[in-house]
Amino acid sequence: MPRTLLLVGTRKGCFVLESGADRRDWSLRGPYCEGWPVYHAVFDQESGSIYAAAASEWHGSAVWRSDDLGETWSHSSEGLAYEDGRRLSKVSTLAAAHGRVLVGVEAPGIFESRDGGETWSLLSTLSGQPGSEVWDDPANQPPGHLGISAITPDRDDPNAFWAIVQGVGLFETKDDAKTWTPRNRGLRADWPREHEEVGFCVHKMVRSAADGDRMYQQNHVGMHRSDDRGASWQEITEGLPTEFGFAAAAHPHDRDTFFVIPLDPGHGRTMPDGKAAVWRTRDAGSSWERLTNGLPQEHAYLGVLREGMANDAHDVPGYYFGTSTGQVFASADDGESWQEIASYLPAISSVEVAVVD
Amino acid sequence: MADVHLPTTLLPLFAGLPRRLDLDAPTVDDAIGQLDERWPGLRDRLCEPGPKIRQHIHVYVDRERAGLDTPLTDRSRVDVIAAISGG
Repeated sequence: MPRTLLLVGTRKGCFVLESGADRRDWSLRGPYCEGWPVYHAVFDQESGSIYAAAASEWHGSAVWRSDDLGETWSHSSEGLAYEDGRRLSKVSTLAAAHGRVLVGVEAPGIFESRDGGETWSLLSTLSGQPGSEVWDDPANQPPGHLGISAITPDRDDPNAFWAIVQGVGLFETKDDAKTWTPRNRGLRADWPREHEEVGFCVHKMVRSAADGDRMYQQNHVGMHRSDDRGASWQEITEGLPTEFGFAAAAHPHDRDTFFVIPLDPGHGRTMPDGKAAVWRTRDAGSSWERLTNGLPQEHAYLGVLREGMANDAHDVPGYYFGTSTGQVFASADDGESWQEIASYLPAISSVEVAVVD
Repeated sequence: MADVHLPTTLLPLFAGLPRRLDLDAPTVDDAIGQLDERWPGLRDRLCEPGPKIRQHIHVYVDRERAGLDTPLTDRSRVDVIAAISGG
């Protein structure tokens, strides 16, 4: 019987929640990675390995790997450094596909490993792209500046993927990072920009598993949808309580169904009015439903970060999100009802799903 | 032989790494190099490119704050400290 695993990256290590196919009863394991802050943990379906991007205040950044679903771990940062004086302060995001692992870092750059995370080499810094004059400036090195915040591989083409540069925008490559194209046309920005094609604050991009042309994006200002693989975007914020948020998930079988967790855009960045809610559209953003069944509706000031929401691909999909206050909520019925399956974890950075036999 | 003491945060990262050990090394950098030979990857956990000692790792030789080029004698005591940070 297949098992459903949730890989939960937290400020104090990686945890694993595990359930059977019914996704009702969950057991918790961890913490792993020696309590290092884990920014993103992912499952590589091809190898069966878990990878976790972690950065220790004391011992620096590394990518951890487990080949036995979290029971034992090793780590490496060999080659995970710039040789031009730029500072690599943090490994932020991971993607595993087509026989390799990509890690996005700050200052902005993408490293790859083709030996299971043993060694790393620099793939791209998106050098020469509009906006790179800022992130390549030695005076603008991290911490506190820009990084690669997400990488989305193409499911079919090993040379194609998308990368988000924080505060700059979404970029696409079709030739394994030799060349890049900004993919921000139609996005909104409520601030002055120096370049026409960049200067957008893309928080999260998800691509429909049912239709590769369909993408959704939670931006700093507004929800957006693309029907042409990111070449253009249109805003679909109307009907949501705020235009701000980080987490998002696309239905695995229906191109028009998409989930988002709007947050208060001020300093709090928690769910509005202390009432927890996930919002769902079934018509590609023309209308939105507020889903609250099983979610706390009083004094629930929950935040959810960029990688804090995920879904499985069961016939009736399950959705999962982890909060900045250490709770994990799960829905096994396409978002209709929710269950708190972990309550006292450290602040959660990421939630990803692995379904294994 | 220098008497080298390592931080407890380092031990679970490398199988068999002891809390303290004796090393015959002319400098702090060489001592770290010897550790890295026996436990590959250890240098990266103490140093960043430059190379220089990581911001929140402090090295003391005979109670004095040291750098990578600080010389060691066969009577030196080396304390590698994970500086207090976070919560």
